[in-house]
Amino acid sequence: MSARDRFDVIGKPRRRVDGRSKVTGQTRFADDIVLPRMVHARLLRSPHPHARILSIDASRAAAAPGVHLVLTGKDFPVTFGILPVSLDEYPLAPERVRYVGDPVAAVIAKDEQTATGALDLIRVDYEVLPTIATPEEALARPDVRIHDYNDHGNIHRNQAFEFGDVDAALKTSDHVFEDVFFFEGNTHLPIEQHAAVGAVDGEGKLTLWSSTQVPHYVHRQMARVLGVPDAHIRVIACPNGGGFGGKTDICNHEAVVLRAAQRLGRPVKICLNREEVFYLHRGRHPVLMKFRTGVNNDGTITGMHLSTLLDGGGYGSYGAASTFYTGALQTVTYEIPRYKFEGCRTFTNKPACGPKRGHGTPQPRFGQEIQLDKIAEKLGIDPAELRLKIVAKPNTLTANWMRIGTIGLAECIRQVVARSDWNGRHRKLPAGRGVGIACGAYMCGAGLPIYWNKMPHSGVQLLLDRSGQVTVFCGATEIGQGSDDVLAGIVAEVLGIDPYDVRCVTGDTGLTPIDLGSYSSRVTVMMGNAAIQAGERVRAQLAEAVAAELDSLPDRIVFAQGRAFVAGDPKKSVSFREAVVAAEVKFGTIGAVGSYSPPRPPARYKGGGVGPSPAYSYTACVVEVDVDAATGWIHVPKVWIAHDIGRALNPVLARGQVEGGVYMGLGEALMEEQAFRRLPPKLSEALVHKFPSMLEYKSPTSLDMPDVDTILVEDPDPNCPFGAKEVGQGPLLPVMPALANAVWDAVGVRIDELPITPEKILRALALKAEGKVPRVGPDSFPDVPYPAPMIVPPPWEGGDGNAVEPTPRDASRPKEPATP
Amino acid sequence: MSDTTDPKVEAQRNVHMVLRVNGEDAEVSFAPYKTLLEVLREDLDLTGTKHGCELGECGACAVLVDKEPVLSCLVLAVECEGAAIETVEGLASGATLHPLQAAFADLGGAQCGYCTPGILMTAKALLDAEPDPSRERIKEAISGNLCRCTGYLQICESIEAAAREMRGEDAAPPAGRSKA
Repeated sequence: MSARDRFDVIGKPRRRVDGRSKVTGQTRFADDIVLPRMVHARLLRSPHPHARILSIDASRAAAAPGVHLVLTGKDFPVTFGILPVSLDEYPLAPERVRYVGDPVAAVIAKDEQTATGALDLIRVDYEVLPTIATPEEALARPDVRIHDYNDHGNIHRNQAFEFGDVDAALKTSDHVFEDVFFFEGNTHLPIEQHAAVGAVDGEGKLTLWSSTQVPHYVHRQMARVLGVPDAHIRVIACPNGGGFGGKTDICNHEAVVLRAAQRLGRPVKICLNREEVFYLHRGRHPVLMKFRTGVNNDGTITGMHLSTLLDGGGYGSYGAASTFYTGALQTVTYEIPRYKFEGCRTFTNKPACGPKRGHGTPQPRFGQEIQLDKIAEKLGIDPAELRLKIVAKPNTLTANWMRIGTIGLAECIRQVVARSDWNGRHRKLPAGRGVGIACGAYMCGAGLPIYWNKMPHSGVQLLLDRSGQVTVFCGATEIGQGSDDVLAGIVAEVLGIDPYDVRCVTGDTGLTPIDLGSYSSRVTVMMGNAAIQAGERVRAQLAEAVAAELDSLPDRIVFAQGRAFVAGDPKKSVSFREAVVAAEVKFGTIGAVGSYSPPRPPARYKGGGVGPSPAYSYTACVVEVDVDAATGWIHVPKVWIAHDIGRALNPVLARGQVEGGVYMGLGEALMEEQAFRRLPPKLSEALVHKFPSMLEYKSPTSLDMPDVDTILVEDPDPNCPFGAKEVGQGPLLPVMPALANAVWDAVGVRIDELPITPEKILRALALKAEGKVPRVGPDSFPDVPYPAPMIVPPPWEGGDGNAVEPTPRDASRPKEPATP
Repeated sequence: MSDTTDPKVEAQRNVHMVLRVNGEDAEVSFAPYKTLLEVLREDLDLTGTKHGCELGECGACAVLVDKEPVLSCLVLAVECEGAAIETVEGLASGATLHPLQAAFADLGGAQCGYCTPGILMTAKALLDAEPDPSRERIKEAISGNLCRCTGYLQICESIEAAAREMRGEDAAPPAGRSKA
């Protein structure tokens, strides 16, 4: 976007613009909002994983002292959903519940205590239905249908694509590797529990404050669910106390507090308790996967066939997209000339899965990078060397028609190899200690919006006035990642002022231009490009006015350090404030808008809309482990990680994102599990969360966190603002497989499933001692009824990005709605 | 609780007391079963103190009671009569940030900012007692405060930077009791 390489703000480590507010406790999260006459809501949730609601008697609750209102499914006739293809949830279930925790009624009372007490007075009669606990059960029991809008049994999504004849490629390869991996589900665990406040304003219109990452999508769905015109609802995304994808779905409670506010004419607040957050979930899908990969003796990949099976939980959520994402990005890291992907998502009677940091891509990345380690071992090639050899090339198309622009992966690999003394450590550390390497790639924003439209993905508006004040409006949402800081920093750089002199108004559908939200690592690139455009438009107006005052030409006016100068004649200058005054005199009120839409994806086939991005970020990671063979305990002393960030806008925040990704990756690798168990028959057989508390759901503490050597590889990408790629999600991806590969180097066992617990290490070591295959992981991949693949020739086999023929099995299947 | 009154009614009747918060006496009336966290947030409008579990698991609600970090979700407010309670709102001196606050803002110690008040108060108790703690001591001190954003490293660095600042940059002599 900018050829400049000298900046006043960009690239300089500095205090984030919202830093002071956060350290003084002044940041106003959703639960910190207190309004006059406010009352409080609590939800009654299903104790059954699958049941029909026969009747609800809420009369006693409604009559209880202090209770203002009771809502049930009858008050919400319309469904919602984040994706247009799966509008399958009700704010309160009217007739069927699909997981333990599915909300069925709401009590609104004078305080939380009263509301909670009144929940016990609601009587719900359920007819318990058979339950589906796993994808295997889902496939085996098509008669027990969790939903009826999907095509077949409990298969929610089922797709297959083939980009070139993979079987033929594998047949002529020197080696074919076949491996099965399992990635257990885990959850976001933001420290802030979801909260929301609904209110009716003086004009009778609705306002929702919510801890959401996607105010625009919430806005659309609230209008739908409540039957109120969009223009009469305003959604304000409060700063999120951690998101990680956990606040990107539409939530039952958001509709409940708005409906209640509408009925009562007064503000209604809800804050979920921690157990409820575990059941709301929308986190990492458990994924079983099989890789069949053809390789020649020199390490080059000839073709890859990836099959995935996702455990989706009780609702659609983002699942249709998640399914595609388990196969979309395998090709953007390494050269894979032919590629086949089959993905199937099943419904189960558990909380819905959705997007967590990396959305659908960490699971197959885990398998792919471990398999590469096995390939390197077999071929006698160093794992880092192997990766360097097969790294994808810049400015190319992949077999599945993703367009790669800049790619800094080779430099990332070289950096972690050098910094970790890889060559001095790998295969050379004493028994019990080892190092492993892995890589990853992630999108800098999804190429397509969630609902089909041709409008911009991000809009930014600037307002300046004679006081010299600059206010920037954007729908982007601050979830801790530094969204406001990126916005203020970019505007400040373009206008040559201090970021602290920019006021940010963000995440408010009543005030700000639309930005699609904080997901898919899209904010820096999309909001950033829109901000540059708005800033440059304003700057042009200022430059014209200043040029007239200083007797110069507009393109000779330079804005820096709070002044406007004539280039080459710095004595001729005015202050920024004087520049705005001159512009306001000349043009009237000063402001501008900017917007951004990503480039049109080259893929034309149906399903090719998931995976394209304006740019991809790349990461390489080396993890060292120290494994105690007596206890199986894994200690991680050090992690080296290099991230291809394009350019770090604020290096303090960029490093924080990388380290936060390493931290979360280590949690997923070693301990985090959103796992369920079936209660014994005499206790209802409910599928309950094994440990819905922060004490028992283990996450790393400060004592578990290793030293991290973070390397930011800066090679500006022309599609990105000042060259800056994403950094929020990519760095998590290689951590889990690098750790698994380090365990192999340390003790010679393969743990092909997550999390890698001491118990699994001991089991694998016992197998090794018995002379058996020293591996713990899934034994086989089930027979999944994938459809016949859509045939799309890769670019080098004469394709144009379209599918070439409808296949017979496709034709026989009922038509599926369009994919986001 | 007197055995001559209905315990259910008695348990819900508000108590009235003076709590000393951030050096100010606050007269407050609240139901006796309320935790310190609830009274701070709901009755004293001190929403800077956060909650993440209300079960003593996450550390987000940490405040200081007589200089010791406590989880305010596990303490009844009635137990705190006469004690010196410190919250994040009392950390800055007027407009001047406490060195811990400045360091957290400058060095990435706060990302989303939600666990930040609890960690700041825990770190203050540490530095008030040990002006020059080792990295291991810092990790130990904040190990009961969960943070999902940072990976803790920039938090540790922020605490170390604040400790240096509070000691006066180059001043080295460690150990010993510090200022109150």
